[in-house]
Amino acid sequence: MIAPLDPIVPGSGGNPLLIVLLLVPLVGAAALYPARRNAAAAKAIAMVTALVELALVVVAWSLYSVPAAQAGTRFQFEFSAPWIPAFGTHIAFGVDGISLALIALTAFLVPILLLFAWSEKLPEGRSVAGYFGLLLATQSTLVGVFAATDVFLFYVFFEAMLVPMYFLIGRFGGPRRQYAAVKFFLYSLLGGLIMLASLIGLYVTSAEQLGRGTFTWADLQAIAADTPTAVQIWLFLGFFVAFAIKAPLVPFHTWLPDAGAEAPIVAAVLLVGVLDKVGTYGFLRYLLPLFPQASQVLAPVVLVLAVAGIIYAALLAVGQTDMGRFVAYTSVAHFGFIALGVFAFSSQAFAGATLYMVNHGLSTGMLFLMVGMLIARGGSRLISDYGGVAKLAPVMAGCLLLAGMSSLALPGTNSFVSEFLVLIGSFPTRPVFTIIATVGIIFAALYVLWFYQRTMQGPVRGGAVIAALERGGAGGPGTMLDPGVAADRNKAGFPDLGRREVGLLAPLIVVIVVLGFYPAPVLDVINPSVTATMAELGLPDPVPAGGIVR
Amino acid sequence: MTLQLAQATALAQDAAEASGAASLAWLLIALPAAGALVLFLAGRRADAWGHWLGVATVAGSFAIGLAIFVQTLGLAPDERLREQSLWSWMSSGALDVDFGLRLDPLSITFVLLITGVGALIHLYSVGYMSHDPNRRRFFAQLNLFVAAMLVLVLGNNFVMLYLGWEGVGLASYLLIGFFQDRPAAATAAKKAFIMNRVGDVGLAIAIFLIWLELGSLQYSEVFARIGEVPGGTVLAITLLLLLGACGKSGQFPLQAWLPDAMEGPTPVSALIHAATMVTAGVYLIARAAPIYNLSETGRLVVCLIGVVTLMIGAIVGCAYDDIKKVLAYSTVSQIGYMILAVGLGPVGYALGILHLLTHGFFKAGLFLGAGSVMHAMNDDVDMRRFGGLWRTMPVTFVTFGLGYLALIGFPFLAGYYSKDAIIAAAFAQGGWQGWVFGGFATLAAGLTGFYMTRLMLMTFFGESRWKELRSTDGREYHPHESPVSMTAPMVVLAFGSVFAGFLLYPVLPGWLAPSVGERVAAEGGPVPYSVVPFLVVGVSLLGVLLAYLFVGRRPVPVQRPQRVSPVVAAARADLGANAFNEAFLERPGIWLTRLLVFFDNRGIDGLVNGTAAAFGGGSGRLRRTQTGFVRSYALSMLGGGVLIVAAMLAVRFA
Repeated sequence: MIAPLDPIVPGSGGNPLLIVLLLVPLVGAAALYPARRNAAAAKAIAMVTALVELALVVVAWSLYSVPAAQAGTRFQFEFSAPWIPAFGTHIAFGVDGISLALIALTAFLVPILLLFAWSEKLPEGRSVAGYFGLLLATQSTLVGVFAATDVFLFYVFFEAMLVPMYFLIGRFGGPRRQYAAVKFFLYSLLGGLIMLASLIGLYVTSAEQLGRGTFTWADLQAIAADTPTAVQIWLFLGFFVAFAIKAPLVPFHTWLPDAGAEAPIVAAVLLVGVLDKVGTYGFLRYLLPLFPQASQVLAPVVLVLAVAGIIYAALLAVGQTDMGRFVAYTSVAHFGFIALGVFAFSSQAFAGATLYMVNHGLSTGMLFLMVGMLIARGGSRLISDYGGVAKLAPVMAGCLLLAGMSSLALPGTNSFVSEFLVLIGSFPTRPVFTIIATVGIIFAALYVLWFYQRTMQGPVRGGAVIAALERGGAGGPGTMLDPGVAADRNKAGFPDLGRREVGLLAPLIVVIVVLGFYPAPVLDVINPSVTATMAELGLPDPVPAGGIVR
Repeated sequence: MTLQLAQATALAQDAAEASGAASLAWLLIALPAAGALVLFLAGRRADAWGHWLGVATVAGSFAIGLAIFVQTLGLAPDERLREQSLWSWMSSGALDVDFGLRLDPLSITFVLLITGVGALIHLYSVGYMSHDPNRRRFFAQLNLFVAAMLVLVLGNNFVMLYLGWEGVGLASYLLIGFFQDRPAAATAAKKAFIMNRVGDVGLAIAIFLIWLELGSLQYSEVFARIGEVPGGTVLAITLLLLLGACGKSGQFPLQAWLPDAMEGPTPVSALIHAATMVTAGVYLIARAAPIYNLSETGRLVVCLIGVVTLMIGAIVGCAYDDIKKVLAYSTVSQIGYMILAVGLGPVGYALGILHLLTHGFFKAGLFLGAGSVMHAMNDDVDMRRFGGLWRTMPVTFVTFGLGYLALIGFPFLAGYYSKDAIIAAAFAQGGWQGWVFGGFATLAAGLTGFYMTRLMLMTFFGESRWKELRSTDGREYHPHESPVSMTAPMVVLAFGSVFAGFLLYPVLPGWLAPSVGERVAAEGGPVPYSVVPFLVVGVSLLGVLLAYLFVGRRPVPVQRPQRVSPVVAAARADLGANAFNEAFLERPGIWLTRLLVFFDNRGIDGLVNGTAAAFGGGSGRLRRTQTGFVRSYALSMLGGGVLIVAAMLAVRFA
């Protein structure tokens, strides 16, 4: 075990592991500045940083004690130091299984993203160092937001993570990047400010109840049940708006398709795959434990938004013409499932929702990467510019299909376990909402398979594909190509996945399949924290009538 | 009622841990799964030998299945139910889903069917797909199918069933769309998957209901305690499971995908869309027999769905000229018989499975025969271009002919035992059900005689119309017999078509009793049990005779007649199923999607951007309030102070 740190300030101390996890990407990002003129060095520094971070997360994962969590230890690797004593804020970190899983997801994705962006063509005048530095900085803020156990500190990271993401979209994105970046920033900032108002309200109520104001999560949780429901509802709403924008739930979602379409692919993966999870994570970590009565009172409202989002966003995904917007809308539908799980109030639904956050990061991350690989070849973001790619690049088509199957939660992929747990856990408490959500799986099949059919199946066609083939020295309009001829042409114009691409997809594929059949490694870490959240909510776990375990 | 409960309890007896040969049960699935994995990952490197690996894994599974079967025969009937728990799949709170297998007579029967017929069809595909550059991918997907299908039948709980259920759906999707560059194949694949998902929603909600009521999804646990569940809920579960069965088995109202699925290569049609996967709905109902036993209304609905479907399939089958689509509608119809049978309850579970097995032999044989014909005829499927092929393809003709006779229920061939027994059991229901179920099932038997005879006459007899014709790619037809790797499986299946009914009829109900309960003898009803075979054979012969009169005695026009009676026109239009889907689902869906996209862009996002614009404009006006006069700033500070105090008071006294 790592020895506790000597107290710097009286009353401070604890395990430095999480601070190290927070600082490593930040230091790496800073170290990129001197290398801003040397792309190769910048890449190497960034990758080493990301791998060191991953290794440290593996260490954290192995040190995290599930028995201790089962025995009631709420957080592990705790660190705390007073920050602004006048306001009772602390630099306080600690993780439970839920936050650890999301930190691990981030650390797993970042090296893959760096590898994806390895030889990406950047806009005029932009450096690799800046690009990778912003990615690492985002990672650092994400560690902070998930590990914070002080609500004010959480708020600071919640806002701070906007900054690198804003620059990633605004400096490295597509043609309408400025519009998308500003929209993303303002929308999120607005939510954050409303949350700040609630945060101050929370402080005031704690001062009333404890005689001294505090932002410490555990203290606030301890007094949560005694706060009058009316007050809870107002404070709940402030947090909820911020989280519902972040997650995003319908109707707060319209910034995401713009951001998803304009952000560079790696930023889109980090944004949709992890950063947006702060919203649903906030539901689970802040709304339910800090405002238990309000959560129960307002659950039907959230559930309506969640379930409406599942159907509405899925239908919208079917109608999209831009690949980035398409993936963004599928994600809005998936966030509906997560929100359903969180507000269904059962341990299976909580575990499912948490696992869903991880799995969605993997499957949507892979879907975005596949879209990015298409764009890298064809240069267009329009679905209609691609067609019959399976004939030219069968491995790519197979990988896209796997990502799609994970997205529609086919059993045998990771997402099935989480979706199944959400639905079966929600059914006992919310049968009607669950049935509507279950119908959503038909639409999920529809949008995935139609997207696949339009881009991958049928004869080779589409403006971008034909143009790429012509650039590659192969001519001819989009007629049916003889497979032999196609095999020759694609080498030049529209190549199948290269080694780097296979290499970066391989870990994703392995995890997607393994977690489909054997999710226990992640579920075991999540389950005790879920049970704790259940207790903090103050509701009994709805054990079905028989309640007999196999 | 008490008897049924007692039976349910008997079915749910504690299962022993699998031992001996049975402890290898996991290998049944692992072999083809590993085959699929290797073939997918090895890529072009495996092109030279991949197909043989594909055949070997399935043959290996068949050998293990046979060993387990023999071992199980040596056990007393009440010891034939064994389980193998592999690992805990998902566990959270009170939920613990076992990744486990259940070996009992029902699952072992299916294992033998899937791996036996599967191995034959894999072997056949070696020759059939020999000209395809993607043969390795074909075998990978076919192996994936076998693995998923085995999970479906071997799982010991409803979630394992669901894993296999959607797994075979994926394999079916991949294989229907195997010729990816054909838009029709891609569309058919997507249609199959989505219509199946409609059924899957039913299956999923049934699983949730079972969990809610019983707190377990393990078969043994669920079947033991299903009696505790209120009757209305049991009915709901039976109907939801039936919806799942309708999707997978192409039953009304979800039958429209199955004929389109013929876009896949013919071995796929034989294995997946005739012999195994599409019968999964029958398996599901037979497996859930303890649940269906408790709901008479549920079973009645099952029977009605079966009867409606068997009529739809038989009517539409008379009108198509595409040899594979006739066989596909025949499959729809025959599965209708099976669904009818299992809907009859303890009288019919074993009969449904019996028909499933005999159908597995003769329909797989018929499809392989059709594939052999297509192979010889430049992949053409239009029977109007065939004719007189019995001379050039003797083996195909004889094996196909035996399958044909088995299907129409020629005395003492496979279909005679299984189909006539179902019709007799249907009549034995008595009351209006006896008349309706038995009557329509008999009528459909006559139609079966008609459409199958029509198919035989147009394909193998009459003038050799192909001599005058060219295929669409301009080539001449040179029909020839297929290679041994293709004819050998056809011969084996032809033996099955002849003897399966005769051999299985006496023993199968007893063998299956530990799984689906003892068979109850069919008695009573409007038509005596002993008369039924004569009636059915008579009606079938009438169908054969009519086909001879309409088709066999005059030349078949190569061009499809356009002026036909309304009945034929309706049958050609799939009795309106696709038109209905298009008018009430597809087109409104497209419009709804467009409307929502517009609403989202202009409505919600318009509101967001409008608000932003309003702030922009508002701030322009606000700027003008920055006058530089201290008095106005002081006023606004006062206003702000009042607001803050008011807010603090509100929080304090709220």
